[in-house]
Amino acid sequence: MSTVIPPTVPPPGADGVPGASGTRRRAATKLLAGAVSSLGLAGALLPAGAAAAEAEGDTMTVAISQPVDSLSPFLAQRLISTSVHKMVYEGLIGYDPETNEPHPMLAESWEPSDDGLTWTYTLREGMEWSDGEPITAEDAAWTFTTMMEDSDAATANGNYVENFEKAEALDERTLEVTLKEPQATMLSMDVPILPEHVWSEVDDFGDFNNDEEFPVVGSGPFTITGHEPNQSVTIEANPRYHGDVPEFEKVVFRYFADQDAQVEALRKGEVSLVSGLTPAQADSLEGQEDITVNKASGKRFQAFTVNPGAETQDGEEFGDGHPALEDKTLRQAIMMAIDKEELVDTAYGGYAEPAEGYIPSRYPDYYWEPEGDDRLAFDPDAANKMLDDAGYEKGDDGIRESPDGDRLELRMHTHNDRPDYVAMAPIIVERLADIGIAVENQEVDPGVLSDALHNGEYDLIWTGWSVNPDPDYVLGIHTCDALPEEPGTMRGDAYFCNEDYDELYAEQLAAYDDPEKRAETIKQMQAILYDEAVVDVLTYADTLEAYRSDQIASMQPQPDPGGNLWGQDGHWSFSGAVPAESSSGGAGLSGGAIAGIAAAVVVVVGGAVFLLVRRRSVTADDRE
Amino acid sequence: MTDTPTAGAAPPAPDAAPGARPRAGRVLRYLGGRLLTAAVSLAAVMVTSFFLFRILPGDPVAAMTEGREVSVEQMEALRREFGLDQPLWRQFLDYCAGMLRLDLGVSYEFHRPVAELVAERIGPTVLLAGTGTLIAAALGLVLGTRAAWRRGSLGDRVNSSVALLLWSVPSFWLGLLLIVVLASGTGWLPGLFPTSGMMSADTAGGLDTAIDVAHHMVLPVATMVAVVYAQYLMIMRSSVLDEMGSDYLTTARAKGLRDDLVLRRHAVPNALLPTVTLIFLNLGRVFGGVILIETVFAWPGLGSLFYSGLKVPDLPLVQALFVIFASAVIIMNLLADLVYPLLDPRVRT
Repeated sequence: MSTVIPPTVPPPGADGVPGASGTRRRAATKLLAGAVSSLGLAGALLPAGAAAAEAEGDTMTVAISQPVDSLSPFLAQRLISTSVHKMVYEGLIGYDPETNEPHPMLAESWEPSDDGLTWTYTLREGMEWSDGEPITAEDAAWTFTTMMEDSDAATANGNYVENFEKAEALDERTLEVTLKEPQATMLSMDVPILPEHVWSEVDDFGDFNNDEEFPVVGSGPFTITGHEPNQSVTIEANPRYHGDVPEFEKVVFRYFADQDAQVEALRKGEVSLVSGLTPAQADSLEGQEDITVNKASGKRFQAFTVNPGAETQDGEEFGDGHPALEDKTLRQAIMMAIDKEELVDTAYGGYAEPAEGYIPSRYPDYYWEPEGDDRLAFDPDAANKMLDDAGYEKGDDGIRESPDGDRLELRMHTHNDRPDYVAMAPIIVERLADIGIAVENQEVDPGVLSDALHNGEYDLIWTGWSVNPDPDYVLGIHTCDALPEEPGTMRGDAYFCNEDYDELYAEQLAAYDDPEKRAETIKQMQAILYDEAVVDVLTYADTLEAYRSDQIASMQPQPDPGGNLWGQDGHWSFSGAVPAESSSGGAGLSGGAIAGIAAAVVVVVGGAVFLLVRRRSVTADDRE
Repeated sequence: MTDTPTAGAAPPAPDAAPGARPRAGRVLRYLGGRLLTAAVSLAAVMVTSFFLFRILPGDPVAAMTEGREVSVEQMEALRREFGLDQPLWRQFLDYCAGMLRLDLGVSYEFHRPVAELVAERIGPTVLLAGTGTLIAAALGLVLGTRAAWRRGSLGDRVNSSVALLLWSVPSFWLGLLLIVVLASGTGWLPGLFPTSGMMSADTAGGLDTAIDVAHHMVLPVATMVAVVYAQYLMIMRSSVLDEMGSDYLTTARAKGLRDDLVLRRHAVPNALLPTVTLIFLNLGRVFGGVILIETVFAWPGLGSLFYSGLKVPDLPLVQALFVIFASAVIIMNLLADLVYPLLDPRVRT
């Protein structure tokens, strides 16, 4: 787009039109003066605004980094929206705050049939929606049935009901769900149950966003009372909640696109809780007055996957992955060349732990570590020897060739929007060079990366998943079933397919009634993933958060101890939060004093400019 | 974009005769030409915007559901809902038909008509960027004129250097700096302004809200003004300089007018023309907002909407915003073209 500036105009004549230009000039002066004085006016009135913002009771303000996509639990995809929903709508069964075990929510007990195909849930007695209507098994049956019948209503949580045959209410408090096949996730059904009497009025679930009428009717400890699109969501304590009513009267989720701005708002006391901090930000907040930094064990693992040869479920090969990567020896050597301690120190400043298994250590039941000879520990010499023995010869430039004559030059796709991946990638490049593998690190947009993955056009690709207390889904994406039916439709992040793994997957799914056996099976699955070395799990990064201890006295972490506050599986941190005794907020000067100073400065400056402009125009006119 | 009229852009008709009719004909022809150019540009923009964003890598459905537990059926249902399962030509026809009905489509991510999303955010953007543009223009105009009038002086050098220095500062960095220093406060300096957002969560409405919004506007507007006023200053300075050697100014001085008056009555009005064009063009760009500033200050405008749409990519949203941004520039250009003859007599002939 070019800006064309027209040539200047020749003078209209020595005595142009003084009257007209004089009017124009006066108008301009007025405009300027008006602008300046209105700024001054705004400044003068500042204390009122600042005071209004401050005169709140027990309000917690949480910085969030995404705008809400939808407030309909049928549609919402983003973490922010689903987190809000966890405060507002309960599911049948949730996760215990301390242990992550299945925890009674709307249902107080549940019972599978012997064949595991029929589940009976008994709801608590005497529960009410926030508008006073009774919460019954009908509501739950209606919610599930709607998700099964209407694809729009299945947008967000459809995966839970895909295997449902039917869901019906036997009486006010008894819900019976019939399955097509057994499924272990019946114990982790954190699907929000909606009030039928409100939602059955909706015509089209695809475009109903639940954000027009407030307060929203819900069953959780809070109800949604306000939503400013792209700015904030407000929830308030629900006095009809069946459990303990929260001590914080109000929680405001405020949207900030920029993470540094969030940290500044926390320093100032404008927000009470900030999550997703970088190690540098956490370090800078550590030890600050009235700020508590929470270093939680991570829910997520960071990894890269190796392309072992992309193929469809029918065995049709596609993509252009490096052929040598089909060799397990080479994949294991790659794993052994990497020092995970180095990654933890360099990329995370120590706020992470080296990882082996697929499920983070915060889930002790499922956590797995290799033992003895199974461990592919950091050992470049051993890795070099393995490759020598397998016939990968080093050329003059130090780069190896596979026995088939392919030079070991690999591409690595790195998300350019993830600082930790970007920091780790060059280290991987260096370490793999130590064993004679050249890696070209390509920092790309997530879209480019996802296209490369789905087309099988990659060698190494960065990945990472948040693991829920029930790990069924993240384990499922490595079954042969997750391979694409046709190129481009893969479900997971690696073209992994292993019969032993699939058998174990089916076993754990059927072991819904034997938690110990299920946990053992899940550990064996991780051992296979590790040994095959297609998924190289590197670290479990800590979740770094900080809150104002002058506003929040305490919050419930999940798991306890060592867990996170934001993004929990449940509403525990918010429903159980205790306000600090003097939750006035603001550091240093009081808000009133600050506003006063601001007002004074603006008035003085504005006034001075105004006077200057006036004086100049007056003197000019006088001279005339 | 449209070209800017120069002297002789509309040649007189061969049978031009004195009187009202030929003159009206010329005006009409001038008007028609401008309108046609604008219409053609607009059509080109609409077609471009459809294909431009389809070049973006990445599958919107995969991006939206990334990291979430979704089944293959859910993904397919989303693709069907968005019409992404249709061949490209079909999607293009649907898009064109929609545009002709002024239907901007439904956002993938927000599940709402794009027109609604735009309507919600156009106000904040115009408020922020419009205020910023006007203040920057006024500031640049005054400072540029002074700098030119005393060219070479210490004041001129300082003025121009400061403006150029700020012009080269990245706006998001300056914004963050202002947040650290003036919003969260540092050392003895208290935090004077809100760190971000457009208003506090609970305002009483009416005057209270207006004041609250004004308070929130100070830092983003200051950031914008600081970064952009240099272009007004430099253009004003150079066009006043152009005028200064002119005979008519010498004549004006010879008539005994004071320097001050010669400047303000004769030089400035003539030097204003390029600035007027610039203001029009920038007003067109106002709708595009100031994406980085809106992002840093979490300002709920079109710029930040575009940014969040691009990340998905939310195709209906970004293509509609692209058309809106471009149309605003086209329309402002057209207005500049139409207003020009009023300001510059030569274009009238």
